[in-house]
Amino acid sequence: MNVENGIHDAHYFVPQPSRWPITGSIALFCMTCGTALWINNMQAGKWLLLVGFVILIHMLIGWFGDVITESQHGDYGQQVDHSFRWGMSWFIFSEVMFFAAFFGALFYTRTISVPELGWFSDTHDVLWPTFKATWPGVSGPKVAPYAPMEAFGIPAINTALLLSSGITVTWAHWGFVKNNRTQMALGLALTIGLGAIFLVLQALEYHHAYTAMHLTLASGAYGMTFFMLTGFHGMHVLVGAIMLSVMLGRVLKGHFTPEHHFGFEAAAWYWHFVDVVWLGLFVFVYCL
Amino acid sequence: MTTATETLHPHDAAHDEHASHGGGHHGATHSGWRRWVYATNHKDIGTMYLWFAFSMFLLGGTFALCIRAELFQPGLQFWQPEFFNQLTTLHGVIMVFGAIMPAFTGLMNWQLPLMIGAPDMAFARMNNWSFWLLPPAALLLIISLFMPGGGPGAGWTFYPPLSVQLGPGMDFGIFAIHLMGLSSIMGSINIVTTILNMRAPGMTLLKMPLFAWTSLVTAYLLIAVAPVLAGAVTMLLTDRHFGTHFFNAAGGGDPILFQHVFWFFGHPEVYIMALPAFGVVSQILPTFSRKPLFGYVSMVYAVCAIAILSFMVWGHHMFAVGFPATAQLFYMFMTMLIAVPTGVKVFNWIATMWQGSMTFETPMLFAIGFLCLFTIGGFSGLVLSLAPVDIALHGTYYVVAHFHYVLVAGALFSLFGAAYYWLPKWTGYMYNERMGKIHFWWSMISFNITFFPMHFLGLAGMPRRIPDYALQFTTFNEIASVGAFLFGFAQIFFLYNVIHTIRGGVGPAPAKPWDGAHTLEWEVDSPAPHHTWETPPDEALVRRGLVAQGLEH
Repeated sequence: MNVENGIHDAHYFVPQPSRWPITGSIALFCMTCGTALWINNMQAGKWLLLVGFVILIHMLIGWFGDVITESQHGDYGQQVDHSFRWGMSWFIFSEVMFFAAFFGALFYTRTISVPELGWFSDTHDVLWPTFKATWPGVSGPKVAPYAPMEAFGIPAINTALLLSSGITVTWAHWGFVKNNRTQMALGLALTIGLGAIFLVLQALEYHHAYTAMHLTLASGAYGMTFFMLTGFHGMHVLVGAIMLSVMLGRVLKGHFTPEHHFGFEAAAWYWHFVDVVWLGLFVFVYCL
Repeated sequence: MTTATETLHPHDAAHDEHASHGGGHHGATHSGWRRWVYATNHKDIGTMYLWFAFSMFLLGGTFALCIRAELFQPGLQFWQPEFFNQLTTLHGVIMVFGAIMPAFTGLMNWQLPLMIGAPDMAFARMNNWSFWLLPPAALLLIISLFMPGGGPGAGWTFYPPLSVQLGPGMDFGIFAIHLMGLSSIMGSINIVTTILNMRAPGMTLLKMPLFAWTSLVTAYLLIAVAPVLAGAVTMLLTDRHFGTHFFNAAGGGDPILFQHVFWFFGHPEVYIMALPAFGVVSQILPTFSRKPLFGYVSMVYAVCAIAILSFMVWGHHMFAVGFPATAQLFYMFMTMLIAVPTGVKVFNWIATMWQGSMTFETPMLFAIGFLCLFTIGGFSGLVLSLAPVDIALHGTYYVVAHFHYVLVAGALFSLFGAAYYWLPKWTGYMYNERMGKIHFWWSMISFNITFFPMHFLGLAGMPRRIPDYALQFTTFNEIASVGAFLFGFAQIFFLYNVIHTIRGGVGPAPAKPWDGAHTLEWEVDSPAPHHTWETPPDEALVRRGLVAQGLEH
């Protein structure tokens, strides 16, 4: 993105001293400390977590509000724009690596730890006569019976939803380039709507899994990889939908120009990333 | 490490044009505590990083001395074994995540904008958050010690099943890792973006100071692996509290999975702590040899090669776990392959000094000390890369000796060298050279007294991570403990020297106190004004430095 000699704004924007970062640190300290206490049965912890969460929301609104104000004020030149592009790209790369850890855990568990437990004769003879080293359906002494998730119900519909939302967000982007505000707003609204339906369906899927199928986070190697991967993905869909909603609000306020709308593009990049992760999930968690 | 006399007003360097900037966003700085807590200035944030790292170094060092006091004699003297485990764990976690990494990030914060001619870091506000996540993380670690059952005691590697079974302190350790990982990711995104997007005109990638290159590659590694560590400790957390079985065979999981995920992070992490040291030494050696860095381009490629290889060698931390022979061979050969680019670097550094007009100021002494001792650490690493040898040595003090040669004599010595090298720029005063030399020699000798005997202890079979040991290991342990306390004491010279320098040192420093230095940070005043390079440096100025560094003709 950078030419060899660099792009230089006449004056690279360096923000004023800000109270948001320290606010965020206090929020995260309260949240982590509160969670650590809460999960160890110290009930005061959940209030600390709640306080931290409220502070975090306050910080996010304030910080991003400052960024939007600065952007509208015209503080961000071309070089700053490129910084944002690099920054968002590397952030998404870090997210890819986060999911890689859990995909790695899935592949390792499926191809190494579960089969090895099955081959190992002592597993059945000495330890756990009922251990089943099959996938899905792996079960051990600590795992209650459960039914694995089918790919061609809600998951297939969700795949179609997310793929369509990739198209609508691109259509919205064309609206930005053409400066067609109706198309921008409609495209964004459709994308957010598809994301919301996705989340509702996923919530129904989880509810069905927990109640009817007895598939829970504690359902052994299958349940843990299923819920951790799809759960973290669902959280990312939620974050992406919130980002797009903010962009929709900004469109309605008339914030963007055909040349200057990286805020939207960053959200769209993130949305596509979430989309691609889902495809990996659909193939490796649901289908195979 | 800043000075009371430092001006708080925008004050451009001599070579910087005084253009009138619209907006007036620069120069607004709070005084008092707000200056530090709300800081968006890379120099203020760098200063905070460096002081934080140094205080964590003292804290981690105190834990180390508690360990060495216990090991002075066989039998239990001071601590119960459980607390000893917490000491080794917190020593490791605090030194790695609290001292070495923040110290390098502090250096990068201070130096990168100065060296590449940028007005600040690319994301100045996020830079503040990267720093200010570290004190809460440190606080979580300290709180963990006061939880029922004490702090995390599973080693800095947090291996299950022990880490799954420990008390609430472990959860605080996990969340501390999360916060430090968040800080690392944001800090690294900032560093990568700054280097890729904010270089001075004419400074192409292959004309950057080598410190910028190693910072770039280090930050890239950190963005790649910090999220993996976050994933690993998240799985620990869910195994501990939410019923998953990632590391429990009773549900189809496997404790060894944790080791794979952890060391996928852990091995690049080793280079995250080593590469910036390479960068520092690559700045110091040419300066005091008064010669351009030998083989600049091969140095860059060596750094990149080491970074890429570092993703493919994590299994060498797990030879003792039991691997198929093919996996052992793969990891063994890949590990040995790293010796090639590392050798390129060592030979290049030696060739840089060859026939140079060398002088031996304190930074140069630390750089040469680094070179000698890091090479020893590299060789013992090569010994450990041999799977059959490693199986015998892995659980012994030989490994402790190896990684302290790499991390103390490697990373830490380079940090001391960097501090002395740039103190005149940071404070505007010269440090006390004599005391700096005493610090170096005292550290150099006591370091070897501490850690060299550990090779013998390990080869003789002394297990690591134990508070008690068999009688025959006593003598070498006593020597190591005496050395450790001497090494700890040596750091008082450093602290005194730094404070003395801030308060005026042995006199004001010129803009360029080292006649062999040609990078851009020496073109601004000493102390560096609060804001530098608000407009990019003049292309002719950049070119002059590049010619002097042998990067342009």
